Amino acid sequence: MTPVQQTLHALASTNHWSALAPEIGLGVVALVLLLLELVLPKRAVAVAVPRVAILGLVAMLGWVARDWQSAWLGQEIFGGMIRQTIDSQIMRVFFLLASLLVVFVASVVLPKHKMPRVEFHHVLLVCTGALMLLAQSNHFVLLFVALETVTVSLYVLVAYFRESPLSLEAGLKYLVTGSLSSALLLFGIVLLYGIAGNPLLVGHTANSMNFAELGAFLRLHPEEPLALVGAALVLSGIAFKIGAVPFQIWVPDVYQGAPTPVTAFLAVSSKAAGFALMLILVRGPFQPLAQLTVPLLSIFAALSLLFGNLAALGQRNVKRLMGLSGVSHAGFLLVGVVASIATSDAVSWAPAAVYFYLFTYLVGAMAAFGVMAHVSIDDDADQDLRHYAGLARRSPLLGATLACGVGSLAGIPPLAGFIGKLLIFVAAFQAHQWTLLAIAIVAVVISIYYYFGWIRAAFYEEVPAAERNVAPLHLGVAASFTLIALALASVLLGLYQGPLGQWIAGR
Amino acid sequence: MNDVSSPLLLQLAVAAPLAGALVLAFGNLLPKRLCKLVAFVGFLVPLLAALTLWYGYSAAPKTDGYAFLSATDLGLARGFGIALKLGLNGISLPLFVMAAIVGFAAGLAALNSGAERLKLYLLLLLVMHGGLMGVFASVDVFFFYLFHEFALIPTFLMVGVWGGRDRTYAAMKMTIYLTLGAMLSLAGLIALYVKSDAASFDLINLRAAIAHSGGLLPFYQHNFFALLLFGFGILVSLWPFHTWAPLGYSAAPTSVSMLHAGVLKKFGLYGLVQIALPLLPLGAHDWSSWLVWLALANVVIIGFVAMAQRDLKLMISYGSVMHVGYGFLGVATLTTLGAGGAVFFMVAHGLSVALLFLLGHEVLLRVGTYDMNQMGGLVKRAPVLAAFFSAAMLASIGLPGFAGFWGELTIFLSLWSISKLVTALALLGVIISAVYGLRAVAKVFFGEETENHAKYAVANPTADLSWSARLPALALLAALFFLGFWPKAITAPLNETLGQIYPAVEAAAKVAAQ
Repeated sequence: MTPVQQTLHALASTNHWSALAPEIGLGVVALVLLLLELVLPKRAVAVAVPRVAILGLVAMLGWVARDWQSAWLGQEIFGGMIRQTIDSQIMRVFFLLASLLVVFVASVVLPKHKMPRVEFHHVLLVCTGALMLLAQSNHFVLLFVALETVTVSLYVLVAYFRESPLSLEAGLKYLVTGSLSSALLLFGIVLLYGIAGNPLLVGHTANSMNFAELGAFLRLHPEEPLALVGAALVLSGIAFKIGAVPFQIWVPDVYQGAPTPVTAFLAVSSKAAGFALMLILVRGPFQPLAQLTVPLLSIFAALSLLFGNLAALGQRNVKRLMGLSGVSHAGFLLVGVVASIATSDAVSWAPAAVYFYLFTYLVGAMAAFGVMAHVSIDDDADQDLRHYAGLARRSPLLGATLACGVGSLAGIPPLAGFIGKLLIFVAAFQAHQWTLLAIAIVAVVISIYYYFGWIRAAFYEEVPAAERNVAPLHLGVAASFTLIALALASVLLGLYQGPLGQWIAGR
Repeated sequence: MNDVSSPLLLQLAVAAPLAGALVLAFGNLLPKRLCKLVAFVGFLVPLLAALTLWYGYSAAPKTDGYAFLSATDLGLARGFGIALKLGLNGISLPLFVMAAIVGFAAGLAALNSGAERLKLYLLLLLVMHGGLMGVFASVDVFFFYLFHEFALIPTFLMVGVWGGRDRTYAAMKMTIYLTLGAMLSLAGLIALYVKSDAASFDLINLRAAIAHSGGLLPFYQHNFFALLLFGFGILVSLWPFHTWAPLGYSAAPTSVSMLHAGVLKKFGLYGLVQIALPLLPLGAHDWSSWLVWLALANVVIIGFVAMAQRDLKLMISYGSVMHVGYGFLGVATLTTLGAGGAVFFMVAHGLSVALLFLLGHEVLLRVGTYDMNQMGGLVKRAPVLAAFFSAAMLASIGLPGFAGFWGELTIFLSLWSISKLVTALALLGVIISAVYGLRAVAKVFFGEETENHAKYAVANPTADLSWSARLPALALLAALFFLGFWPKAITAPLNETLGQIYPAVEAAAKVAAQ
């Protein structure tokens, strides 16, 4: 055999396709959706498409659960492209759950605006698959390809309301800033690739895009300037995705203009993907660069906490509010990331605390978006706090769900978000990050103001006289159940963490 | 009482109000009468349970100073040591019983308040009550905090929805102040947990771990105690962080004022006595001289402010802020006597301030205003109310025969050994509260009936205090009398527990002073 053949053979022998069955399955379901549109009559399509999407997502959820202790856990497969870990398994579940809930939000919003279903769900499923790959990537090529699949899908989804100027504007803004972040990321990757492949340096490697090999090289050269610049650029590219300051500039406008389900997707899945990547990188190949990553991420965290909350204070548009408060949540999560890599006293369970926080954010944010989908009127981009006046009277269920969801986001005990914040605080404490801890506590207090303002609008303020005729809001049975489940999850996850808690505690 | 049933009884006292709230969550499906019955049971069960536990406490077997211990693992127990651990010691028992009595009275007042959207109101009040019972029953510091928030969150909503004038502003101000206080104290508790290297948030373990290591470093003690002192201080309306309190109480609906001013506010002082002082004696010593002057500011400055009030409810609110100063003074002495006095005083103050808010509302129903300048001569129309109100005022001043007397007396005795000047200034507070209290009684009930009042009485004829209002008032007053004449019911368990914990605090304070 020639050397090329040998390489190909080695690659093929590690291609365990069944390990990626859920991602492939999602792709298949996405194609089936396109087929359905051709085959079924138009009216049936609108009904069938979301159901098939939900079925597909649930089936893949089952598949991931079935293969939870996958045979390749911890090994490099696909020639070092992919590495599955318990963390990546958790993130796969996270993305599937998040997409399920996005489908739920979309099932309320899309009919309101008479938008087609097929394309939306198709792109959503493809994007979910890419997100899941992202969380398992072990190689910069896969990372970049998966990330671009996600980003390009999001370009489409953000501008999905093509008759709404705000949606188009948001699409354009996301395109410009997204391209910029991709460029930063790519430039960083190239620098790392170049320096680690430099034959003049000790420990150089031909396969320097592989995280393990790159990590081995960086351990020998932790102070190589080009490597430091490269790592900083890669982290900055990811900071765009999570909406951390100073890369948050796109957040409010894009969140506002994007259709509500897409905003939910951006807020939850896209942010979570950024954190999954960041944890893989800073605890993997970039671990030797802690002298760079710790201060850099600390600055991102501190700025995000302060800026996100202060900017959210004056917002009346709830989508912008969610966006800017999301920036501050990115700050809290970054505190957890910093605690996991802090130079001398890294906290071993801090990544688990970050995942737990992401789950609480998923539940709380989706509860809020679910309510927003029901409350929004004609203009999806114009969702003002005044629309929430008297909500608790118009629909007690929506009011209660909003209170649980928003309360959890604010971190009010005994709701889930509180436990999330508590774990992050304890981690920051054990990692001796006093300054970050103090800023985080100030941030919680500031955030109470705007979260509480939202609840106040829903509970205290009466329906304005001009809108007296607004009928009580009616919810479908499925929507009611989903909202109740989300509200209950926000409460129960705060009181009883069960196996999830034991898993974090055991790390 | 056998050993198996009593921990269950304690769990029941915490769970019953919460279970009642859960039932009321489906209140739309139930008839109103049934809802009221469920709420009544939710308030009654903790009372009966608490009285039974009180009765059985001295004979009950104790582990590490706690009786009725029980623990439930919720998933975070192994790594973070967070578990729902309930139990009572001599410090928490009196407050637990007081919470049950005040909760019962506030519940009765709410049931008869005829508030709009009564089911939701009762639901939130039950959640609040469940939280309060939990605060004092928790041995786990994490749950101590969590239950406090359980009780706190409903107050924000209730002030905002059912409150009086300025309710939105008051609710917002309370929310921000109290969140700040809660976050600071949470930071202090986390700090304590992490630095003590204890295996869990369990207070027994924390004590053991800190005793084992011979106490935290003075630097940590200094800073952690500051976090706890100012965090708790904001929650207890320590001067100058008190401005949320009078505003909030006067805006809150009556039952909420009763529970918040009477019970919930004791959380912070209780935290200082039960957690902060025993675990951080050196830190407490560093800050005690500050605390003395801040607490004196509570007593004297806020006392004068209370004197200047013309609004009855605002006056009661300021009076409540003023009186917590005594609790802080007791704590600041860092002695067994002072801590015991503070606990006794908290119990008495909780009962009397709740009684005052309850009766103040009854006055409002009869004269249509809280403005004392427009009141007078109510005694002719409502002699029983007048008698109750006068008794409540005397109890709040601390007349012998009422519970408050023992609390104040003990605090003054413990202060005397610290500083005679401070004692004299603190005694000034008794005169101040006598002045505004008795003047209020005179203005509201005696003198000529004002024109305004006569008109209102003709338009809204109300009889004297009805039985539905007498019952909660009687419960509170009976407790005040009982403790006034038989303080041993509290001091016996209190002495036992303080005797185990506080000698070490006194010793550490002495060492630090040298």
